[in-house]
Amino acid sequence: MFKKFIFVLATVGLAAGTLLGAPAAKAKQIELLNVSYDPTRELWRELNSAFIPKYEKESGNQLTIKQSHGGSSTQARAVIDGLEADVVTLAMWPDTNAIRKAGLIDSGWESRLPNNSLPYVSTIVFVVRKGNPKGIKDWPDIIKPGVEIVTPNPKTSGNGKLSFLTAWGSVTQRGGSEQDALDFVTKLYKQAPVLDSGARGATTTFVQKQIGDVHLAWENEAHLEIQEAGGELELVYPAISILAEPQLAVVDANVRRKGTRAAAEAYLNFLYSTEGQEIIARHFYRPTNPEVFKQHVATFPDLKLFPITAIAKSWENAQQKFFADGQIFDSLYKPAGR
Amino acid sequence: MIDVNRRVLPGFHLTLGYTLLYLTLLVLIPLLACLFKASSLSLDQFWATVWTDRARAAYALTFGAAFVAALVSAVFGLLIAWVLVRYDVPFKRLFDSLIDLPFALPTAVAGLVYSSLYVKNGWLGQFLVPLGVQGAYSRLAIVLVLIFIGFPFVVRTVQPVLGDLEAEVEEAAACLGATRLQTFRRVIFPTLFPAVVTGFTLAFARALGEYGSVVFVSGNMPYKTEIAPVLIVARLEEFAYGEATAIAVVLLAASGAMLVLINFLERWSSAHVA
Repeated sequence: MFKKFIFVLATVGLAAGTLLGAPAAKAKQIELLNVSYDPTRELWRELNSAFIPKYEKESGNQLTIKQSHGGSSTQARAVIDGLEADVVTLAMWPDTNAIRKAGLIDSGWESRLPNNSLPYVSTIVFVVRKGNPKGIKDWPDIIKPGVEIVTPNPKTSGNGKLSFLTAWGSVTQRGGSEQDALDFVTKLYKQAPVLDSGARGATTTFVQKQIGDVHLAWENEAHLEIQEAGGELELVYPAISILAEPQLAVVDANVRRKGTRAAAEAYLNFLYSTEGQEIIARHFYRPTNPEVFKQHVATFPDLKLFPITAIAKSWENAQQKFFADGQIFDSLYKPAGR
Repeated sequence: MIDVNRRVLPGFHLTLGYTLLYLTLLVLIPLLACLFKASSLSLDQFWATVWTDRARAAYALTFGAAFVAALVSAVFGLLIAWVLVRYDVPFKRLFDSLIDLPFALPTAVAGLVYSSLYVKNGWLGQFLVPLGVQGAYSRLAIVLVLIFIGFPFVVRTVQPVLGDLEAEVEEAAACLGATRLQTFRRVIFPTLFPAVVTGFTLAFARALGEYGSVVFVSGNMPYKTEIAPVLIVARLEEFAYGEATAIAVVLLAASGAMLVLINFLERWSSAHVA
């Protein structure tokens, strides 16, 4: 009888202890994984260190954010194959869409965050050698005889794909026919001595190995490249280029399982705050908030940016038309007579 | 009951079981998964993927470059092994351990270093490019880097055999009136030949699968310097897993066939040359 009493007492005590202890344990430990593409490393590092204290103060939870970087489609494949990303911040729509196709992101994801899920946009610009010896000002100049072009392989690189599409659009957007565009890219890739497999490889080829006269690079990468080169390189803005749209998305299947949706959404929404937009502009991505953009307009010269839909019906259509096996890009390299 | 399997050391069942498990987990299952994935394509799709002009050019380059590189590795590997075993050269131990470096070095590093050396303003390229030797972003570049990766296999297979070769055998040959050339051709070479072939096979097989270094030196120009593994990566980037594995299966089948052929030649030659 006495033993039973002790037992009951102990149980009650334990239960009370758990209840009392509960409020202390309420501050949850949250960990987010942001899977992104290559050149955004520094951008996200700064965004994270600004967001974490803000979020911890507001929610009372403890937050750690891990970043993963690599080629955009390689990263998408990793998420499809089970890398537990809470958010994906990839370079191009087809990559994020591939994750949707695998059933990990709900359809209609593009419109879930403000401004078509775009806190920033970017574009493709020229990097040339000091003094611009070949006089490269705009797209027609890069295919002048004797100019060598460095750009990665469109089949394996997002930067490469965008470079190709921009070159194509630079002709058709100025009233040229598709045949004119084909002639232009044919010449362009004849004058490209190397097709590196990724954006960073192309940068190495251009900067370290001193190959080529013009490098078709991401705008933000171009700025970094020039800062590092210490006066050996110059940035040239063509009059027209592509509007690159690196849309963001929450990976629904993963946040549902991990219970991290609220934190993940707060994280991505932070990019639209003035503070987030300022950081974005400092890293040479074009902020989509017009107020912030206006303040940094000196960094971002005005040029005509055309969207992918100006040269193809959709991204899928562009992929099929230009880069699928045996299509336009492959035909450039087909030896004569086959 | 009498154990039929009389051996001095026990453990036959245990080791055999382990071998089978190991081979299944590490080799057989991944290969089967590859075949399985490729079988998601219809036969027409499969051929349309693996037999394009561009893919054929890539196979020819992959196998051709690997073959040439393995051949060069065989000749120079034999030479290096000979020097390391037969002569007392200064810093012999250092050279000997340097041979293993290509095994350990991440091959991407080799690729980057080679391409930086041979481009037109690189250390070597500034002299070679004016002479018309394109040691970067060309087929030659691919062969060069594959030799770097392959020759240690030849050295390491030939070395022990050469070390075991008794000097008395050569002395006997000389006493019996053989010329130096005859001694090498009839006495030394037949003994070394199987080891050289094994080294060649290993170097060849290794070169077929090499990706990391080649993408940095080749320039990846379709029809010219694009190796088959680059096609696989290109397909993966399009999320076309089936097509990517289809090309992999072709490479696998071709490599398998060539290795069987070389093994057969090796057996035949060691039976006939000696």
